[in-house]
Amino acid sequence: MLAMNYRGPQRVRIDHKPMPEILHPEDAIVRVTRSCICGSDLHLYNGNVPDTRVGTTFGHEFVGIVEEVGPEVHNVKVGDHVLVPFNIACGRCHFCQQGLYGNCHESNPEATAVGGIFGYSHTAGGYHGGQAEYVRVPYANFGPTVIPEGMDLDDAVMLTDVVPTAYQAAEMGGIQPGDTVVVFGAGPVGIMAARCSWLFGAGRVIIIDHVEYRLEFAKNYAHCEAYNFKEMDDVVLFLKKETDWMGADVVIDAVGAEAAGDAMQTITGRKMLLQAGSATALHWAINSVKKGGIVSIVGVYGPTGNLIPIGNVVNKGLTIRANQASVKKHLPRLIEHIQNGILNPKGLITHRVPLEEISDAYRIFSDKLDNCIKPVLIPPRAA
Amino acid sequence: METTIAPVNAKNPDFKNIPGWGIDADPKNDPTYPMKDRTDAEQTGYSWERPAQQPVNIEVLHSNERPNVSAVFGTASPPSGLSGQIRRYAFQYSESKFRHWLPLIVADRVNVVEGIVEDIRNGKIPNFFAEKGYKAMWKHNPKGLATNIAITVGVATLAYLWLSGGRNRSRD
Ligand SMILES: [Zn+2]
Ligand SMILES: [Zn+2]
Repeated sequence: MLAMNYRGPQRVRIDHKPMPEILHPEDAIVRVTRSCICGSDLHLYNGNVPDTRVGTTFGHEFVGIVEEVGPEVHNVKVGDHVLVPFNIACGRCHFCQQGLYGNCHESNPEATAVGGIFGYSHTAGGYHGGQAEYVRVPYANFGPTVIPEGMDLDDAVMLTDVVPTAYQAAEMGGIQPGDTVVVFGAGPVGIMAARCSWLFGAGRVIIIDHVEYRLEFAKNYAHCEAYNFKEMDDVVLFLKKETDWMGADVVIDAVGAEAAGDAMQTITGRKMLLQAGSATALHWAINSVKKGGIVSIVGVYGPTGNLIPIGNVVNKGLTIRANQASVKKHLPRLIEHIQNGILNPKGLITHRVPLEEISDAYRIFSDKLDNCIKPVLIPPRAA
Repeated sequence: METTIAPVNAKNPDFKNIPGWGIDADPKNDPTYPMKDRTDAEQTGYSWERPAQQPVNIEVLHSNERPNVSAVFGTASPPSGLSGQIRRYAFQYSESKFRHWLPLIVADRVNVVEGIVEDIRNGKIPNFFAEKGYKAMWKHNPKGLATNIAITVGVATLAYLWLSGGRNRSRD
């Protein structure tokens, strides 16, 4: 089968790899019909996530048709078209019982902080991902969800990560009707988080980024205000002025380890890998939220230390909430929203690329070329 | 100095007409702590009925913050070669230590070189131009591509001069 193959920082290609096999009685093999490249894949692509081993296949956002099931799989059957949450979760451990499916304790031997994730380095369990023709899906009784009749596959694939992550970001913000919400980062998740903020009753939504085409897209897609921080001397001061000198009620950090940052952050984080990526957006979030406000973090930070202004968190009495999205928890509500036309996730997809052209797709997405917001990969035997 | 910034758009005065506005507003969603589903099993560690264990027939490095390998795990790229040895070293230390994470980053770099050797051994010369997606860059950002190539050539030239200079010196 064809599968993406990571060879080193900014070097990926498509190779023939052995077919995945059933390795556990609750496994399924899924033939991929759509997969996406995610903003967080770029951290792997750039070699910023520790224990990203050469030869692995990325891709945690995919949908596909069940091709084979292990003896203990009862909830999906061969031929079902399923969307597969990016978290690999057993559904029965202490953490899954709390609905913390992103923190499952039975899917990732390599680290205890995060659960297993498809195609996300050995730090997230060492699984091959879905940027391939076929993929092994563990715990198939729990994660894979049959795509509802009539749902567009492009909408379905966005339910594997982008929409639930964005929705949970807004939910973790504890938005009260009328609140001012600031979102840092106008990538797919940031744009969708801005959109979801309205669902929780926001009165004002502001998105901040530095790429003009993304701001323009966000403004139209999420009906929000959009500002370019490259045009500001001081983004925190700007936001204070914009909010009657109080600060925003809720700030969502939807920015990752590749974030544009100040020199110190860039050198210690992105270049030297001594802290977990550039934490500039997190500094801005903590400093521009109102006292007593809530900072909701879904941006990607690596595992090592961060030079974050924790003193300001104490002094301002902030609540910080953060997690990987527990996809499965949000699916029923989000499917409803899509069916009722409240959310239109496929509207974020700007590029459809054959799986074979994955090297170019990564480059376009990574370098923000050709006005790319979200690329979807189509395997040759998708239909 | 006063900053004046042209917003990409102005405030949305009709936000209440946005489809779905307030549809998920819940006055109980404050404070926003996740309510834990408390059971008597809170303090008893691994109290759940564990899924069947996936056979551990490859080398799986597991965090020393847990006593075992999780019930399922991925088999993408088992540790091998020098990078594998560095990874084994890293896994002696907990996730809270730089001694865990920094060696892993070093191992990743070593692994890249191992990957090139492996390719060549398999009779495959890595096509850096294609793997780096330079075809797309050529199409959408030729200037950026030219800069990238110039930097690569520059670094290679400097490295060559330095190495050949070094060799000359040692001959003296
Ligand atoms: Zn993703
Ligand atoms: Zn679990």
